[in-house]
Amino acid sequence: MDIFIQQLINGLVLGSIYALVALGYTMVYGILELINFAHGEVTMMGAMVALAVIGALMGVAPDLPGVVVVLGGVLIAVPVCMLLGFGIERLAYRPLRNAPRLAPLITAIGLSIVLQNVAMLIWGRQYIAFPPLLPKGQFEILGAHISVLQLFIVALSVTVMLGLWFTVQKTRLGRAMRATAQSREVAALMGVNVNSVIAATFIIGSALAALAGVMVSAYYGLAHYYMGFLLGLKAFSAAVLGGIGNIAGAMLGGLLLGVIEALGAGYIGDLSGGFLGSHYQDVFAFFILSLVLVFRPSGLLGERVASRA
Amino acid sequence: MRLAAASALLAALFVAAGCGQKTEEAAGTVIKIGSVAPLTGPQAHLGKDNENGARLAIEELNAKGITLGGKPVRLELVGEDDGADPKTGTVVAQKLVDLGVVGVVGHLNSGTSIPASKLYADAGIPQVSPSATAIAYTAQGYKTAFRVMTNDEQQGKALGQFAVKSMGAKKIAIIDDRTAYGQGLADEFEKAVKAGGGEVVAREFTNDRATDFTAILTSIKGKGPEVLFFGGMDPQGGPMAQQMKRLGLNAKLLGGDGIQNVNFLKLAGAEAEGTVASLPGLPLDAMPGGAEFKKRFEAKYGPIQVYAPYAYDAAYVLVDAMRRADSADPAKIVAELPKTDLQGVTGQLRFDGKGDVTGGSVTLYQVKNGAWAVLETVK
Repeated sequence: MDIFIQQLINGLVLGSIYALVALGYTMVYGILELINFAHGEVTMMGAMVALAVIGALMGVAPDLPGVVVVLGGVLIAVPVCMLLGFGIERLAYRPLRNAPRLAPLITAIGLSIVLQNVAMLIWGRQYIAFPPLLPKGQFEILGAHISVLQLFIVALSVTVMLGLWFTVQKTRLGRAMRATAQSREVAALMGVNVNSVIAATFIIGSALAALAGVMVSAYYGLAHYYMGFLLGLKAFSAAVLGGIGNIAGAMLGGLLLGVIEALGAGYIGDLSGGFLGSHYQDVFAFFILSLVLVFRPSGLLGERVASRA
Repeated sequence: MRLAAASALLAALFVAAGCGQKTEEAAGTVIKIGSVAPLTGPQAHLGKDNENGARLAIEELNAKGITLGGKPVRLELVGEDDGADPKTGTVVAQKLVDLGVVGVVGHLNSGTSIPASKLYADAGIPQVSPSATAIAYTAQGYKTAFRVMTNDEQQGKALGQFAVKSMGAKKIAIIDDRTAYGQGLADEFEKAVKAGGGEVVAREFTNDRATDFTAILTSIKGKGPEVLFFGGMDPQGGPMAQQMKRLGLNAKLLGGDGIQNVNFLKLAGAEAEGTVASLPGLPLDAMPGGAEFKKRFEAKYGPIQVYAPYAYDAAYVLVDAMRRADSADPAKIVAELPKTDLQGVTGQLRFDGKGDVTGGSVTLYQVKNGAWAVLETVK
């Protein structure tokens, strides 16, 4: 039983990270119907910038408490990524906004490769270790180990999701976003500044990505220029699973994907009597994803595409 | 506007690079030697280390001057990136064959060296891998495949015996990363453990891109092993050590040459303490030319990751055979390679009938006070 609870916790933490990144995909898709494949790389950039700042801070003021140092890293990484997100939209997507839909998709993939290589040139090919600054406190519940950091990750992604939901549903900017999502032309005619709404979407999404990047590298203790790729792919799958374009869906999809992966990897070997090993964890996760999409093509909480068209 | 300026700059760079190549080719006969390792992706740091090792050898040889058939020649290292991916490995192998290289130092991984070896064999180009240790690499019967590092049969055996005898473990769990290297080493380890009377309580799998192992570690924890063996590389081994601690899994971590490097120590942090890992061959300081090599290498490229001395030796082995053949004809080099008897940095280099280096030893190391300390060398 304690093993099962531990697996559930493992999955929830992993899922919260997926969810945090998935929110960025889903926001952009909701408004532009564009899959921003560079989003995973923004996450990586967040982690890298934060680590660079953390390294510098530790050199300048070695006596600062660890939490303050990490917070310093986050405070620099978030604005840098916001700027990056703004720049990406301005340079790579805005000129192509009225181009066929395949064009911005290709730019997105190209941009992701460019960002990877820029990071490789700046920070090198090495895996960069995240210094052990955060409190390592952990406690046991029913035989399962939970660390403070894990709790923090889950709490953060829930808070961020609620904040985002509030922004979209209750604020002026949110209303403009929803209007732009329904129809760019009509929103523009109603006096919505479509360009700034889309820019704001990218900026918010990138800020979340930066947060997620720092969380991931603190949790796993490393950062690498390649880390955004797989994370982005999983988060994108999570967004699709939950219903891309839907904020609650991204959260649900992320958590589900995390838990399915953890339980799959943990039990598939024993359940199949050793016939299928834990290397089938991704196969298992994506099998579930395909199954969901067969019965609900627009994801668990997704809107019906047909009714929109 | 800015885009236009940037692309103009890029174009200018390409033109400049192209010019550079032409002037080099004009100076004397150039002999191309390939070097293949992952220069991008999670193992890029190891790949660059290998390429630098080979490059150092080629630069030294060029500085000394080489004559073939009475004519001075210049060696040129063509570095290619296989991203540790078997498919890309065959693509760049074909590219090197088409470029007309006379020999290849590489690849770094067993998983890329094995499929590429067929292409080199078909083209009759000698291949000396610095670090592919999977048994299958030289067991295919290709006359062109050689390696300068002891294979996994010996390494797995040494690790398995160490786990059962020296660590006194009865229950052992195994994780591998499903690469030709990780899986091969884990299989050899498993054999040795079973032969020594140990019990393998869990066999789990991950991949060479993963960072989260909590699910498989939790499942392993439920089976209560004393030793956890990992067949894979440092980008996975480091976080694995941390996650073991976080989950309260108190087994000792044991690994092969893939985690016996500086980067593992950085990534695992304080949790690296006590980890045992092996490295084929002697420790760098005990290598006949180890200290001297370290000085020369680090002056140019910074700290050695792990396989650089082997890549350096592999390049020397190729050029040595070329000199004895007194020709840059790949067929003649292949014919000379089995007769190699060279004092390298890593030891005396001779090959057996399969192309494996003979007289190899395996050294076991343990992390003590944040550094790898030598435990014992198994002959």
